[in-house]
Amino acid sequence: MRDFSYLRASSVDAAREAAALPGAMLLAGGTTLVDLAKCGVAEPETVVDITHLKGLDTIAVDDRGATIGALARMSRVADHADIKSRFPAVSEALWQAASAQLRNMATIGGNLMQRTRCPYFRDPANFPACNKRWPGSGCSAIGGVTRGHAVLGTSEACVATYPGDLAVALVAFDAIVHLGDRQIAVDDFFLLPGSTPEREHAIEPGEMITAIGIPASAAARRSTYLKVRDRQSYEFAAASAAVGIEFEADGRTIRDLRVALGGVATKPWRARAVEEALNGKVLEPEVVRQASLLAVEGAVDRGANHYKIELAPRVVARAILKMGETA
Amino acid sequence: MTVHELRTRPGDAKRGDASDGAVLADQVGGRLSRVDGPAKITGAAKYAVEQQLEGLTHAVLVESTIAAGRVRSIDTAAAKASPGALLVLTPDNILPLRTATDWLGTPPPDVAYCPLARDITFSGQHVAAVVAETFEQAVAAAALVKIAYDEAAAIVDLSDPKAGDGIPVDAMTKEWGEAETAFASAPVRICNAYNTPREYQAPIEPHGLIAKWQGDQLTVWEPSQWLDGMARTYAEWFGVPFENVRLVSPYIGGGFGSKAFAYGYGAVAAVAAKMLGRPVKLAVTRPQTFTAYGGRAATRQTVALGANAEGQIQSIVHRGVNETSVDGMWVEPLGSVTSVMYATPNFSSRQNVVRVNTVVPGALRAPGENPSAFGIESAIDELAYEVGIDPLEIRLRNYAEQDPHAKKPWSTRQLREAFAAGAEAFGWSKRNPRPRSMRDGNQLIGWGVAAGTYPVRRAYGEAVVRILADGSVEVESSSIDMGQGTYTILAQTAAEVVGVPAENVVVKLGDSRYARAGVTGGSRLAGVMTGAVHKAASAALDQLIGLAISDPASPFHALQANTLVVANGRIASPRGNGPEVSIAELLSSVGREHIEAKGDTMPANSTVEDRYKNYTTIAMALPHTEGDYSRHSWCAHFIEVRVDEDFGTVRVSRVVSALDSGRLYNPKLAESQWKGGIIMGIGQALLEEGIVDRRHGRIVNNNLADYLIATNADIPDIEVISVGIPDPHSSVLGGKGVGELGIVGVAPAIANAVFHATGKRVRDLPITLEKLI
Ligand SMILES: Cc1cc2nc3c(=O)[nH]c(=O)nc-3n(C[C@H](O)[C@H](O)[C@H](O)COP(=O)(O)OP(=O)(O)OC[C@H]3O[C@@H](n4cnc5c(N)ncnc54)[C@H](O)[C@@H]3O)c2cc1C
Ligand code: SF4
Repeated sequence: MRDFSYLRASSVDAAREAAALPGAMLLAGGTTLVDLAKCGVAEPETVVDITHLKGLDTIAVDDRGATIGALARMSRVADHADIKSRFPAVSEALWQAASAQLRNMATIGGNLMQRTRCPYFRDPANFPACNKRWPGSGCSAIGGVTRGHAVLGTSEACVATYPGDLAVALVAFDAIVHLGDRQIAVDDFFLLPGSTPEREHAIEPGEMITAIGIPASAAARRSTYLKVRDRQSYEFAAASAAVGIEFEADGRTIRDLRVALGGVATKPWRARAVEEALNGKVLEPEVVRQASLLAVEGAVDRGANHYKIELAPRVVARAILKMGETA
Repeated sequence: MTVHELRTRPGDAKRGDASDGAVLADQVGGRLSRVDGPAKITGAAKYAVEQQLEGLTHAVLVESTIAAGRVRSIDTAAAKASPGALLVLTPDNILPLRTATDWLGTPPPDVAYCPLARDITFSGQHVAAVVAETFEQAVAAAALVKIAYDEAAAIVDLSDPKAGDGIPVDAMTKEWGEAETAFASAPVRICNAYNTPREYQAPIEPHGLIAKWQGDQLTVWEPSQWLDGMARTYAEWFGVPFENVRLVSPYIGGGFGSKAFAYGYGAVAAVAAKMLGRPVKLAVTRPQTFTAYGGRAATRQTVALGANAEGQIQSIVHRGVNETSVDGMWVEPLGSVTSVMYATPNFSSRQNVVRVNTVVPGALRAPGENPSAFGIESAIDELAYEVGIDPLEIRLRNYAEQDPHAKKPWSTRQLREAFAAGAEAFGWSKRNPRPRSMRDGNQLIGWGVAAGTYPVRRAYGEAVVRILADGSVEVESSSIDMGQGTYTILAQTAAEVVGVPAENVVVKLGDSRYARAGVTGGSRLAGVMTGAVHKAASAALDQLIGLAISDPASPFHALQANTLVVANGRIASPRGNGPEVSIAELLSSVGREHIEAKGDTMPANSTVEDRYKNYTTIAMALPHTEGDYSRHSWCAHFIEVRVDEDFGTVRVSRVVSALDSGRLYNPKLAESQWKGGIIMGIGQALLEEGIVDRRHGRIVNNNLADYLIATNADIPDIEVISVGIPDPHSSVLGGKGVGELGIVGVAPAIANAVFHATGKRVRDLPITLEKLI
């Protein structure tokens, strides 16, 4: 039997120290970690339980922004009144993710760290080749079933989609990941696969997410998260968009647009080209549709995922137009 | 002997159930809530693999990672040395078993049976198994079994160029008239191909068992849709008498056709238990539920309809193909609905099966009828548009007044009533036939209709009914309840016949030691078992009344009555003169512990062999066209969809279905089964598909996060309307089939609605967004 040691961390420092041990993994809600351990993907030697750490589950919102503790549960953040009113896209991304049961267990820190749903990654017994899992072993997905794989940010080493929803909203609003004392922009926290798809985050051994900071902005206040999928609930995004708009005083001219994509890229994908094309423009449906096509600039499909290239700009355009309507 | 009429008298009534008024919840036709509900909700209901046994060990399967080839060698050294490992089973050391009789009753060839494979014919085949003291130890040890293969090229699915045209199944051929020539000369012709993918039963309770030997007696706790059939298989595998095997399956967490047979993993667990001399538990993992037994075979059909300009069908030419495994045979009868739904003077249906490297497919809710209806009910919608006739009207113009294939009258066919009632409740007359004619913002709205049918499968049943000293009634049967309501309707039947409240009836099911029962499949159980319980309960009541009249110690002895009535647990004379006593008082005054009667519906001259065959195979089942009538359930689904014009996402927003299942033994439970079928049909239409990696011949979405079934959010309110009337030719109490009917026709109704919404015809299930974008 595959034994592992279980450590209940008594402080953040103790957790970080334990996490630095080789083969150690942090355990928060466990909804990713236990699942991957069952698949034979995660084989921790030490499991460091951080769920008993005090003070890491607070949600604080003021005029400067929100600070969300790493251990806050997805469901609590989604339901938080100030998050709903000042960062609607964040709340919407959360309640459209996973299922009610999972959201009650899962934490914000663990959510950012969730792994890809690439079926080859998740089945080592049948598909040993996976660069993300075993660097240098190859990629089983390329040439295989790719309906859910990424069209943006891919490399020849890995085409796996970043599956999460929350991080898409965070990237749109320039959120910051707190790793204890060190802080890093969410956009920089997630790494492109390149030739090292096993490295997904800019986090070092012995580091741990302690909180997420989201700066307040007018665009975040008028924001939405639109998630498109075949099943109405409990499915990862075929394509999604987090969008926020701040208008000029005329209520029509776009001052600050934020657009990020989910379900189509190897990391939460900020669509700056769309933002730049529309900032300073009057919001008109046709203009928005044209500009939204820039969201998939440089996209490369792998056959069955071609539809994502068609779908993503439509999701972006719909979300922008929806935010315009409420003007 | 007294003849006991049913108190609710289906013959006099319109529907024979609570909708006629005056039927109590306790009686047949009443809306009694599920009697097993509280046990399930509180967790008191113990499922098969939850048994706690002393010395229990745990088995884990090791499966092939290639789809075709041969096992060159198996290295078990590391697994054997792993902590807690007790036994590593491979084809080399497993006890030889005998091949068992199949479910059709075909005598087995005299060859050994080995549930572990050396020759690999599909990915996920059982090659080895490890038994250990704990489940975790078994999992760890199983991961250490090293298998070397000589891999061969696999045929991954029907579209594989190597698959070929397959083998004709002559028994499926149905032909009359001159179909091909009539089609060629028809003024209007349409011909299209319709495909359904591999689909899975996905029961919430995965499969598994606990096997325990005591000498040559085997006890198996296993969820089962067919205790006696599975007990026979285990007995024949091990060469022990049928009576030596006891199967226990009190509750089943969903079967949908997948729990009727003993499968290879069952043999593995039972062999391991024998070799170790300890009980063995084997729980099939969720990914293994995709390969340890088969789901619905992928199918392809072409449907050619020739018609005149008025939409009257002149010819149907139908060709079907389903996949089967390399060494097993599964025929999914694709012409079953095609050949009975519409009147046509010329008809031809033929079917091939194609061998591919998959586990042998199996039964999934309405095998045959379900994909068959997707073909014909899509095709007739296409014809309606071709000739410019309303899709409902065209169905009425081609209404089959008798079975077009068997050329016999229907026992009952309330399909016209179903169309009328459904259309009325749905508001069909307000439909604008033009595609893309209705929208709500970005949502294109479409309305579709389709019909469905399922044959009435009949068999013989038996039951034991006891009237106990306290006046309560006990019913025993080795049939099962997988959520469809057997416990409840048998309590209602016994309560009504004996004349006691249903709460005083205890129904015991799911133990092969009880009175025998055939398969719970093909929607036959309710009809079979209510008939058997009715007979046994009537015999018990006769004994009770006989005692009351003739026993010198009975308070009724002096009355010299011919008969007595029993109601609400009390016995009295029909005219009300004389005493009135409770059943308990009577039994106590005549000094009886209990009264017991066994009843069965077998023909009087049946031999012991006939009975054994009837309960352990389907060889004695009565064809639905036996005698003077053709017997089927019928339904019509009216469905509204909303399709996002930019995203291609389809949501079902309204369902009205009118169904004819004959008389309903319990309308509440029947409605909920119909709805269950409709919900499953929505998943089938929009979501469900086993996705194969073509290089490895392996299903990659083998878990419930990736194999999508409908969630609550996908399901709108569903209105179901019963249009059935008692059908005396279909069952003792007048019911037809319920369980499978609801799903038949849902997928084509949705595809037809999607066409109405978008103008796009999707002929490949499921209708996912990329097909509409
Ligand atoms: C069936 C299913 C469907 C899902 N659907 C969706 C969906 O639609 N959208 C979506 O966004 N998500 C979805 N998820 C993912 C889900 O949101 C994540 O599993 C969850 O958020 C992870 O949080 P957790 O606390 O359970 O993490 P854990 O499982 O405890 O940890 C996950 C990983 O993060 C690490 N970790 C945990 N906390 C920290 C920390 N503070 N600092 C550094 N590392 C840490 C762990 O070591 C581990 O590697 C789904 C999951 C499942 C199982
Ligand atoms: S896409 Fe990435 S995660 Fe998937 S198999 Fe290839 S390397 Fe592994």
